[in-house]
Amino acid sequence: MALYTETVMDHFMNPRNVGEMENPDGVGEVGNAKCGDIMKMYLKIENNVITDVKFETFGCGSAIASSSVATEMIKGKTVEEALAVTNKQVVEALGGLPAHKLHCSVLAEESIKSAVKDYYDKNGIEYDHSLFPDCESCEACRMV
Amino acid sequence: MIYADNAATTKLSQTALNAMLPYLTEGYGNPSSLHSVGQAAAEALQSAREDVAACLNASPREILFTSGGSEADNQAILSAARIGERKGKKHIISTAFEHHAVLHTLQKLQKQGFEVELLPVGSVGTVIAEQVRAAIREDTCLVTVMFANNEIGSILPIAEIGAVCREKGVLFHTDAVQAAGHLPIDVQAQNIDMLSLSAHKFHGPKGVGALYVKTGIPVTPLIEGGAQERGKRAGTENVPAIVGMAAALKEAVANLGETAKKMTALRDQLIAGLAKIPHSALNGDPVNRLPGNVNFCFEGIEGESLLLLLDAKGICASSGSACTSGSLDPSHVLLAIGRPHEVAHGSLRLSLCEANTQEEIDYILTETPKIVERLRSLSPVWHDLMNGKRQFIL
Ligand SMILES: Cc1ncc(COP(=O)(O)O)c(C=O)c1O
Repeated sequence: MALYTETVMDHFMNPRNVGEMENPDGVGEVGNAKCGDIMKMYLKIENNVITDVKFETFGCGSAIASSSVATEMIKGKTVEEALAVTNKQVVEALGGLPAHKLHCSVLAEESIKSAVKDYYDKNGIEYDHSLFPDCESCEACRMV
Repeated sequence: MIYADNAATTKLSQTALNAMLPYLTEGYGNPSSLHSVGQAAAEALQSAREDVAACLNASPREILFTSGGSEADNQAILSAARIGERKGKKHIISTAFEHHAVLHTLQKLQKQGFEVELLPVGSVGTVIAEQVRAAIREDTCLVTVMFANNEIGSILPIAEIGAVCREKGVLFHTDAVQAAGHLPIDVQAQNIDMLSLSAHKFHGPKGVGALYVKTGIPVTPLIEGGAQERGKRAGTENVPAIVGMAAALKEAVANLGETAKKMTALRDQLIAGLAKIPHSALNGDPVNRLPGNVNFCFEGIEGESLLLLLDAKGICASSGSACTSGSLDPSHVLLAIGRPHEVAHGSLRLSLCEANTQEEIDYILTETPKIVERLRSLSPVWHDLMNGKRQFIL
């Protein structure tokens, strides 16, 4: 199907860093099954560096590819660098997404943020709450 | 490549192509022209009209050629509404799982002050004649119920519904786009006043269809212009397409019994095989079902990714997931039979034709369970279901 770029298809067919993680330092889950997309991101963090990432996704091809590419973009990065990843960068890394699939890249960005927030919460690290909008207010699902 | 998406469209048959070729080459006349080239086209048109009429047990004057199923549906419904309006009748009965060509036309009429009642289709996905009887009122001007559903394959009791409408004196239209060429149609025996069909669903060309309108029912043109189709549909006729449609329909109807038998056998193997996948469910009427239709929901996965992986294995299918429709909601048909959103996203439709083989069915049945399993292994929903954090629906 020429709906997706080669990079999207590659990440979809051969997803990187896929699966569950034992004892993660942070876990984030965004989206909902009702909308048809759920992304779950697991982080292993040592000395503020993301040493391992895993993801699980229920969703369409672009949702799976977006989460796969996002894991590659944050592996080995500092927590701050991971937080700076935007949905636009996810789209660029995939070589583009069809307009009605852009919300998948937003979910990828949100899943990273949600996992980092969980890490902060678990470790009592102070952070600016306004940087982490909750799922209900994000509206990414409505971006079709 | 295995093509199992025949409810979306079919391959043009050799018979249809052969019938069309002369009218794409030497027989290019305009049927409205007086000269011999034009008259040859007019004769081809007339002969196509006779063939289509014969396939429906209608008379040729009752057949109106259109650009396809959508146009036929629009014209039938709008015509009935105009007739009703003149008598002060503005109540229309239909079903919750019609094609959008019907539903969107009804929505348009709603904005014009019509009251539209969509009958529920239950978990099996059908309506019974008694539901229609109970819904008919003094001011009902139209009942429009599809012959067979395009997504889940249910075949509806059209003759019985038609009989109720006759008895009550209400116009009855049926969208037979998925039925024509696949199921026996007899507009007289089945009490049908108006019927839509579309050539590309029975190995005819795309962009051509027909509307049967029983004699005496006035039709409102959707396109104004010349006097083609006796003033009911302006525009120079698409002669090659119409000729191809007639040839395809004639062939499909002639072989109908034999084809249905073969396809039903393959279909039932697919259904039995896919039903072995844990937490899956067949959608649509298990008994009164189109010979080529298979439609399942698989819990814990999403349909678009399923289609992509099937395509990578050379299997062409379709799904009712939101991602495949470009909208937020999954198929209205699956929602109408009561599938919750999360399950409706994980649907798969395989629709067969007579060209599908036993080997293809075997291959689909080896590949599909592996693909479902692979997607479930990536799915956080599936893991939640497996470790009891989420309740199984199927
Ligand atoms: C039940 C039904 N009605 C109407 C249509 C529309 O037909 P067409 O594509 O010829 O406009 C289709 C086909 O998509 C259909 O399946």
